[in-house]
Amino acid sequence: MEDNTKVQNKNFVKIFFEELSRNSLVFIFLAILTGLIIGGILAAATTESIYQAFDISFSEGIKASAELIWNTYSSLFKGSFGKPNEMIAALFSGNKDEILTAFRPFLESLVTTIPYLFSGVAIALGFKAGVFNIGAEGQLYMGAIMAAWAGFTFKGLSPIVHVPLALGVGFLAGAVWGFIPGLLKAKTGAHEVINTIMMNYIAFNLTTFLVTGPFQDPNESFKTPVIEESAKLFRFFEPPLRFNIGFFIAIAAAVIIWFLLYKTTWGFEFRAVGLNPDASRYAGINSTLVTILAMSISGALSGLGGATMMLGVTFRQTQSLSTGYGFDSIAVALLANNHPLAVILTAMLFGFMRHGSRLMQLQTGIPIDIISILQGLIIFFLAAPAIIRTLYRLKEPKKEFETA
Amino acid sequence: MAPVLELSDITKRFPGVLANDHINLRLEKGEILALLGENGAGKTTLMNILYGLYSPDEGKIKVNQADINITNPRDAIDNGIGMVHQHFMLIPVLTVTENVMLGNEFTKSGVFLDKQKAAQRIREISDQFHLNIDPDSVIEDLPVGLQQRVEIIKILFRNAEILIMDEPSAVLTPQEVDELFKIMRNLVDQGKSIIFITHKLKEVMECADRIMVIRGGKVVGEATPNTADTKKLAAMMVGRAVDLNVQKEKSKPGDQVLDVKNLTIIDKEMNVVVNQVSFDVRASEILGIAGVQGNGQTELVCALTGILKAESGQVSILGNDVTFSNPRQITELGVAHIPEDRQEDGLILPFPVHDNLVLNTYYLPPFAKGALIQPEKVKENAQELVKAFDIRTPGITAKTSGLSGGNQQKVIVAREFSRPIKLLIASQPTRGLDVGSIEYIHRRMVEKRDESTAILLVSTELDEIMQLSDRIAVMYRGEIIAIVDADIVTKEELGLLMAGVKTEISGKKRKPIKVREIVT
Amino acid sequence: METYNNKKVIKIEHTDIRKRIPLGVFFLIAGIFIWFVFSRNVDPGMITTFVMNPGGAQVLLPDMKFDTLTALNIIAVVCIVFGIFQIIRGFRQLTTLAIFIVGVLVTIGFLAWGAENTSINVGGMLRVMILRSVPITLGAMAAILCERAGVVNIAIEGMMITGALVAAIAGSAFGLWVGMLAAILAGGLASVLHAILSIKYKINQVISGTIINITTIGLTSYIVTKLLQNTNLQHLNNSGFFQPIQLPVLSRIPFFGPILFSHNIYIYFMYILVILLTVILFYTKWGLRLRAVGEHPKAADTLGVNVFRIRYVSVILGGLLAGFAGSFFVLGSIGYFEQAMTAGRGFISLAAMIFGKWTPIGSFGAGLLFGFAESLATNLSILNFPVKAELLLMLPYIITMVVLAGVVGRSRGPAAAGVPYEKESL
Repeated sequence: MEDNTKVQNKNFVKIFFEELSRNSLVFIFLAILTGLIIGGILAAATTESIYQAFDISFSEGIKASAELIWNTYSSLFKGSFGKPNEMIAALFSGNKDEILTAFRPFLESLVTTIPYLFSGVAIALGFKAGVFNIGAEGQLYMGAIMAAWAGFTFKGLSPIVHVPLALGVGFLAGAVWGFIPGLLKAKTGAHEVINTIMMNYIAFNLTTFLVTGPFQDPNESFKTPVIEESAKLFRFFEPPLRFNIGFFIAIAAAVIIWFLLYKTTWGFEFRAVGLNPDASRYAGINSTLVTILAMSISGALSGLGGATMMLGVTFRQTQSLSTGYGFDSIAVALLANNHPLAVILTAMLFGFMRHGSRLMQLQTGIPIDIISILQGLIIFFLAAPAIIRTLYRLKEPKKEFETA
Repeated sequence: MAPVLELSDITKRFPGVLANDHINLRLEKGEILALLGENGAGKTTLMNILYGLYSPDEGKIKVNQADINITNPRDAIDNGIGMVHQHFMLIPVLTVTENVMLGNEFTKSGVFLDKQKAAQRIREISDQFHLNIDPDSVIEDLPVGLQQRVEIIKILFRNAEILIMDEPSAVLTPQEVDELFKIMRNLVDQGKSIIFITHKLKEVMECADRIMVIRGGKVVGEATPNTADTKKLAAMMVGRAVDLNVQKEKSKPGDQVLDVKNLTIIDKEMNVVVNQVSFDVRASEILGIAGVQGNGQTELVCALTGILKAESGQVSILGNDVTFSNPRQITELGVAHIPEDRQEDGLILPFPVHDNLVLNTYYLPPFAKGALIQPEKVKENAQELVKAFDIRTPGITAKTSGLSGGNQQKVIVAREFSRPIKLLIASQPTRGLDVGSIEYIHRRMVEKRDESTAILLVSTELDEIMQLSDRIAVMYRGEIIAIVDADIVTKEELGLLMAGVKTEISGKKRKPIKVREIVT
Repeated sequence: METYNNKKVIKIEHTDIRKRIPLGVFFLIAGIFIWFVFSRNVDPGMITTFVMNPGGAQVLLPDMKFDTLTALNIIAVVCIVFGIFQIIRGFRQLTTLAIFIVGVLVTIGFLAWGAENTSINVGGMLRVMILRSVPITLGAMAAILCERAGVVNIAIEGMMITGALVAAIAGSAFGLWVGMLAAILAGGLASVLHAILSIKYKINQVISGTIINITTIGLTSYIVTKLLQNTNLQHLNNSGFFQPIQLPVLSRIPFFGPILFSHNIYIYFMYILVILLTVILFYTKWGLRLRAVGEHPKAADTLGVNVFRIRYVSVILGGLLAGFAGSFFVLGSIGYFEQAMTAGRGFISLAAMIFGKWTPIGSFGAGLLFGFAESLATNLSILNFPVKAELLLMLPYIITMVVLAGVVGRSRGPAAAGVPYEKESL
């Protein structure tokens, strides 16, 4: 009897760890944790003051490193969410202004999430249908510049007309930008990875051309005119808060795409073609059409994201460097395992990190690029779970047999 | 006489399956040993162990009485063991010389390839064993029969003494099989020893010196062609008294269902792959298209099912011109298709079983209302079909990739047969399946025929064609060179036609078959 | 024994009309365009001068002067004739040559028109073409090494930018040659990651390449920002660059000498590598095994060839080459690192590889094409050509897409590229 219980206890611990290693949420958590740890080490390793502290003594060095890492991540947190004590105090006080100030980082992070949401869903949809849309960035640019054009060209329209019009123009521009590589892939077999990347560079140059030429503001060079008031998206609060209705449009887009993919016959076809275009063709599905549609809708969604940013936040296009949203969104989609609803969460993760990194850079001098490194690391660990297993000594779960 | 090869107690386990169960095997020098068993019995696994592609969980291997350790193909090659695989291990874009010397290259100063010397050696081997191969030809330009000989040269190039041949006759015409047996005889006469894996009884009787029967991973019997008969061997292979003879009454063909006129198909490089083909299939009739793989049957079926566009000619189904129709339009006319490659073209393996069961009907009521899928109806349908067709699966939501080959084929059959169909196009429907599944599918097909479905059967297995067809067409180099009554023609005549030889059909009525061979 | 039809296959005689006509129409449009847009806007008597000597040439050639209008008209006529010929009969085997000729003529016409009444340094432009082709050719060869062995590598861009940054820093700290070596090693390191992810963990190779790109681009931006912020460390971004070397006899060849043989050692390395890689791939036993592994790894495996080892080695070699290519941006060019200085050339390399049919010599040709497009774009914007700079800068990318669409003939890549190798049942 006694032996049995001992065995049972041992087994319980064993079982606990086995369950742990099976749960993929655990992996996501561990991947993020590992990424943060490595990021922290990188930050410390590239800051001069740390080396000076180590010169003094080893414990000084460790103390300084710990302080730096803590400051980095806490400012990241404060920048993304806000200071927790302020937020709670404001809620209790019931004062509207106080609440808005305390929640400002949170609300602004939601704004930063918007383009990630659109592009993330776009890319996830593409992956599900078997196309790699690396061109989300270019599609975003085209959506933005064309929405800007629709925004400053048409005057005297009511917002109920102007906003959908401008958004629609952005949507269409993105669709065209996705359609071209999609058509090339379907008709010539040209790999869409390279073509979409080329479309990105064409979009960047085209935007520069337009901003410095036909679309240029007559009074200010290298910028487009500010869009009409009637084209601006509804903002919920006074500036400097920029939280606008675009966020909800993005959520709606994610839900609609989820519904499309999993509840409709069209979605069935998309998923079938994504998994096996040959069998789909034999089953009567028009694989060519699906490929073209998938790329076009994907492009349209990214374009819509760009349009939303233009009409909701930036209001004019300037000649600036690549935003990186489109590229990062690949990570957003992969992290969400290409499920549109999960993309809402991963987009928020990236949006919050990105917004928070500004405060982090301000307060600790760590460049915002560390976010890209963190993102790369996180996907790296998620893509190779075996590495996490080795690091944290988790056992491989036994595969279940299939009956013949 | 000491055996040149001895396997003792070889055991191999895969997840959920005991593939080899303490197998003992002995090969004498200069003999042809046949390993006989149905698909999935474990013979290929055993040979893969011998060739170093798998490692055994238990057991020992002795070559010329010395214990050896084989952990990879290099070890096998170094010990004089060579393997001709069922699916050729040849690189299509390279030449014979490059393929043969890969891994054991002749070099100048250890770095640069010496193609001339290698080609010279290949010519020597080719002459010695009458293989007739030109070292400079590119593999993809060679016909299949010659490609197989390149595989043989590959092993002789490495001085193999023990040759393993895995289902070598699968891709050959009966005449080519005879030539292969001659080559094998030649090889053993010159001192080589051969293990020959197959599931075809007739071949084993023709060519083996000794026969070992494997079933369920175990050796269940040994015989020689003198002492055994096919009936006993068949029973040993399958483990029960085999019911021979497909119960089939003479067909009473009805109206024309499929009508093909002067169909011509060309490929991307402007080669004519199907040349002015004409035939028809009637209700309640099975038309079998016989022919060695690669003579245009695949492309013909693709054109009939709407996957490929024909260059010229006409196809009509039930009076409708479907020459330019797409697969969905053709399906909606009441056509079912069992594709040649079940995993690539017939199923979406990562999908759950219930989705694969509605793969071509998901958009129709009751499975969809407008654009909305009705998941409960899909699941109901799946429950019914799994029961009706006896599909072994952990559940209807299980991924189809987890099912065995036979059950995967049953999913396709269930899906296609569960709609009202007027025409069934079946391409290699029983390739790679175990006997139970083969019998099942053949029975269902004959049932459908009797329900007045027209059936077009395309198969490279001559026995299957002869068993099931009411009429037989032979395809050679893209043309239908003969259409004959199945009752009248003999296997030899068909074999000649399949090889492109003009043959007079003798016209004598055959006796009804009492003992049939296990259909392949 | 009487046999049927012994011919292997019957071929259809005529070249497919569907493919002929669009190309012929394209030639026609080119000719008509030149006639209407260029010729009509040029006054007779305008003279275009093509200067044939790039700066610093030791043997001088006379300038080519010609009447602009005449030249344009001749070119237009030739294009139209080609177009009609293509539509009616088709060039068949010579189609690629015809496309090349028309392309050259259109380019000359474009230059002649834009430079009416002035001069344009054609020699200089061709010299810059060679220079600009280097990263693309080197990148393409890196990609060939990987893909010929069966591993798709879209992380060339990330490896290049890593190489560039490492070259700048190490070059500033320890000298040019150390910088080059460090860049090579850095590229190799990045490719080790790609190899592990795609060979060992069998991750989809496009995704693994994307992961490398994201991480390396982020890492390089991070380090650059950190460096530039810190004025103490700015000397670490000032490596300088290799000076051009005039090859003894070869650089004195008129016209070709200054264009081909008066560059820094990167160009000469490129020439050597093209030849070396060709020999290795097609004439050595490692090359045979590498190609076999990329076409049919199972076949190679059954003959005792170690598929995994070959794939690891080729991916790492490819990474080393990509790092080398990256170092060119700094050590062979401006001498310091700038953000996003690779500008997508890593991706264009992939197109060059496909265009060049996965051969080093083909990639060299493709690299020249893209290099020319870049040279054209930058040159013309400096010269105040009547076309805006950004539109010209789009040229290389548009050409890439056109090339990939198979306008110049479809090609087949290594059959097993992109498929992770599973060592399981046959």
